[in-house]
Amino acid sequence: MSDSLYYSQTHEWARVSRDVATIGITDFAAQQLSDLIHLELPKPKTQLKQNEPLGEVESVKTVSDINSPLSGEVIERNDSVLTDLNKVNADPFGAGWMVKVKVANPAELKNLLTEAAYKKLCETDAH
Amino acid sequence: MPYIPHTSRDEQEMLKSIGVSSIDELFQSIPASVRLNEPLKLPAPLSEIEITNYLRALAERNTGLHKMPGFLGGGCYNHYIPAVVDHLSGRSEFYTSYTPYQPEISQGNLQAFFEFQTMMCELTGLEVSNVSLYDGATATAEAVLMALAVTGKNKVVISRTIHPEYRAVISTYLADLSKPITLTEIALKDGITDTALLEKAVDNDTACVVFQTPNFFGILEPVDDISRIAHKTGALLISVVNPISLALLKPPGEYGADIAVGEAQALGNRMSFGGPHLGFMVTKKEFVRKMPGRIVGQAVDTDGKRGFVLTLSTREQHIRRAKATSNICSNEALLATRATIYLAALGKQGLMQVANLCLQKAHYFAGEIAKIKGYKLLFNQPFFNEFAVQCPESPAEVNKTKLLANKIIGGLEVNPFYPELRNLPDGKVGGAMLLTVTEMNTKQEMDKFIDRIKQWFFRYRV
Amino acid sequence: MKLIFEQSQPGRSACALPKPDVPEAPLDKLVPAQYLRQSPPGLPEVDELTLVRHYTELSRRNVGVDNVFYPLGSCTMKYNPKINETLAGLSGLNEIHPYQPEETVQGILQIIYELGECLKEISGLDAVSMAPAAGAHGEFTGIKTIKAFHKANHQEQRIQVLIPDSAHGTNPASVAFCGYEPVEIKSDACGNVDLADLKSKLNDRTAAIMLTIPNTLGLFDEHMLKIAEMVHQSGALVYMDGANLNALMGIVKPADLGVDVLHFNLHKTFATPHGGGGPGAGPIAVTTKLAPFLPVPVITREPLKDGKSGDTSVLKKQHLYSLSRQKGDTSSILKMEHFYTFCCPDQSIGRIKGFYGNINVLVKAYIYIRMLGAEGLKKASQMAVLNANYILSQLKEYYPSTCSTQRLCMHECVLSGVKQMKESGVKTLDIAKRLIDYGFHPPTIYFPLIVHEALMIEPTETESKETLDGFIEAMKQIAKESKDNPQLVKSAPQTTVVKRLDEVKAARELVLRYQP
Repeated sequence: MSDSLYYSQTHEWARVSRDVATIGITDFAAQQLSDLIHLELPKPKTQLKQNEPLGEVESVKTVSDINSPLSGEVIERNDSVLTDLNKVNADPFGAGWMVKVKVANPAELKNLLTEAAYKKLCETDAH
Repeated sequence: MPYIPHTSRDEQEMLKSIGVSSIDELFQSIPASVRLNEPLKLPAPLSEIEITNYLRALAERNTGLHKMPGFLGGGCYNHYIPAVVDHLSGRSEFYTSYTPYQPEISQGNLQAFFEFQTMMCELTGLEVSNVSLYDGATATAEAVLMALAVTGKNKVVISRTIHPEYRAVISTYLADLSKPITLTEIALKDGITDTALLEKAVDNDTACVVFQTPNFFGILEPVDDISRIAHKTGALLISVVNPISLALLKPPGEYGADIAVGEAQALGNRMSFGGPHLGFMVTKKEFVRKMPGRIVGQAVDTDGKRGFVLTLSTREQHIRRAKATSNICSNEALLATRATIYLAALGKQGLMQVANLCLQKAHYFAGEIAKIKGYKLLFNQPFFNEFAVQCPESPAEVNKTKLLANKIIGGLEVNPFYPELRNLPDGKVGGAMLLTVTEMNTKQEMDKFIDRIKQWFFRYRV
Repeated sequence: MKLIFEQSQPGRSACALPKPDVPEAPLDKLVPAQYLRQSPPGLPEVDELTLVRHYTELSRRNVGVDNVFYPLGSCTMKYNPKINETLAGLSGLNEIHPYQPEETVQGILQIIYELGECLKEISGLDAVSMAPAAGAHGEFTGIKTIKAFHKANHQEQRIQVLIPDSAHGTNPASVAFCGYEPVEIKSDACGNVDLADLKSKLNDRTAAIMLTIPNTLGLFDEHMLKIAEMVHQSGALVYMDGANLNALMGIVKPADLGVDVLHFNLHKTFATPHGGGGPGAGPIAVTTKLAPFLPVPVITREPLKDGKSGDTSVLKKQHLYSLSRQKGDTSSILKMEHFYTFCCPDQSIGRIKGFYGNINVLVKAYIYIRMLGAEGLKKASQMAVLNANYILSQLKEYYPSTCSTQRLCMHECVLSGVKQMKESGVKTLDIAKRLIDYGFHPPTIYFPLIVHEALMIEPTETESKETLDGFIEAMKQIAKESKDNPQLVKSAPQTTVVKRLDEVKAARELVLRYQP
């Protein structure tokens, strides 16, 4: 995990560089879901709101919302992950990224967790 | 008691193991204030001999098509069922099992369902089939809900030539949805959907256009025109079809239908006074994630051997709960197994023969009836095996006094469903009946029918 | 094993059909060419023996209640009596068309009517609809009936239905399709409704609560009467999911618990076979105040007075008599006392299905109820509860759970594989698969959602002590194997025609039909 990452309570991450955030799900989430079978992601220009679903991720026996860690407009979607879902499991913070968003409100970052806080959350959730 | 094995010794031993002293103690968690202290007021229990006599007597009181020839259809058909269908589907490994949640010990059902899916795809010319919905009416309603989910739009356009009960079910299913839906019904013209009205009704907010062919009157709809109109604005085309007719008629996939639904009771299942019947749905691959019902997929096991599993379960209520594509759980799987065996028994040639027999006999019958003075076909359109006949007097009376009294079950009265058809173009008030012919109806039966209504007419005139 | 398509040879057929007995016209003379298909559908072409061997072999690759103990929790896989199949197969009950005149179908109408009367007595409720085709269809119908009731009483602000987090998935799904908002209520570890949570969510926006009774942990909610009272006080109604009614027949009437609407699962409680997924039947029963909203049609009857009554249906009745006379005497044991007829409730929610319901399933349930009678139904519930408690008592130390294994259960018990999971990484799924090797159908697993690694076991009353002992022994063995040889359990089943199938690959690379 890198220091520039922010985390949500619902196991998404956001890497912010200037006004663009790259968003994905964490390794913890990917592991919990095990083998993914389907991913729904929003098209570019979709407006996202913090903590509201941006898409869905399915494994054989579960389906979960992916919540957007930040508000903003989708500027890019990772289409390669849609065709190769293994990327999410294999490299959730790298090749498994999902969308890039133009951050609407940088103040929202303070609602997100630091790495340390997120690690603690995972320890609790694992039990 | 034949279905409960425990002896009183078994009961005592088990109670002892549990650590309670009586059966009543097991029900302690139910408040005494509501526990019954007298037996239910039900009729006294019957032995197998007694129930057999009783049920036989009640069955005798029904005068069905095993006792009289009949010409009723309207979504439920009397087709021949080859003996193999009962014998094979009657194997209790099939019928006493639950939904195949454990694929390793359910390969029989799963493979039969996979074969069913393939056969339905072949008949409809579409790509993916589920393994049944409750019946044709609810399958049509589910298709409408699916189109609403796929398109995100809120207008539904349906043809009035669709079976009246199907339209009623659609309207019930749409009545209470959280987002308001506009349901528009397109009037009929000369027995088919009025395409000029349809053209006007379909706009950018239309989620789907729903029509039936052969329609309620047995008439073949102008499928290419309807398809063109629906797709002009991106609405989905939902086609309600009779699977037997598809042995001869253009399959929905060929004219661009997005979803084909219907009633497959005709494929090896009995009429049984209207149920259980077999709803089906077939669609394009791109819509499969919005499809309701169970779907079987091919898989491989750990040794690389082919097998079958329930797949795409995340669509369903047990996983997606309130956001599921449908609330359906139990379906009509056994009837799908029967349809599979039926279609395999008839095969490619056999199904065409059945469809051809229906078509030929129906056209003979229609032709002969139209020769009788006072009778004529209500619409002059191409039809499959059903047609509406305009009668010189009330069809209810014809059915009752002249047909039923002579041991013939007549046709279905059309006017209660279509009051507008009571007033004829020539200004006369009359009534129509819908007649249906299958391979089960012989020429002799049809000739007897004609003879009876002829006599009636002449006598009436004299 | 080959598919039927892979055994197809052009020109073969398993069916001989008669030649047309009417003058045959060329196809395109009857139907213009633009309506016809270009090439025939690709159905298989096989001879009859090939067909028979194929589907017989498929049946051998499937197990049902007739093969093995099938303790699938929540599904009530009791024995399906053979006499039900035989009698429900009578021509007089099957070769009848739903649009036949009423006077020609009095026998079947009487069966449906009388089954309705039995269900009213069993539930303590006042009116029934026999139309719903399955449990979930009954839920949909029942909730719509509730919605129509509130609407008629100008309570349209009631838009929420409270559903415990332990509920079947059909509950929230059915509610959503009625345009209601499902609101989740917390349960405690025993599946009891959390009263504080209920109180906080119950208000004048609540239309109903949906409860499975006994709950999905197989326990009777200690606060049931209190819950019903709270819900009724707030002006909402109580809907009961009848999936677990097998615990209660003749023991308590749901109406006495405050239930306003209930759906029955005839394919569970009343012994009709499930057919590998269906058909089922899900009739509903309601209180008097909800009766006007039931779907169309319902069946009623009027007394027959030998043609003397002066009402309009006299003709019909006379005709009925003439028909029965024509038959000669069919049934001296049966006097025709009533005329049965369809009618429409005056504020009906409308039609929910084509025709009238899954009639042939209703016939089987009716036979079952008539054969057992009051005493037999009560005994069935008692023995179902006895069997579940017996299993629970023998296995609770091997598969303990926080609450459900700490007290007596009703007709099913919920164990947990958490112990095995922690000890050796053996999952509940593995335990289920290993049971197959021992010759048993696995229980329901991973449900209810509120119990970790849940194993939901419903033995039903039709299983003998010997069978239960065999199952208990196998479960104990598996607990031991999980410790001693976890790999054996994890790689089960070994004895089946296929081993574990790759469901991930199946879902990713969808193959949903045979392609030649």
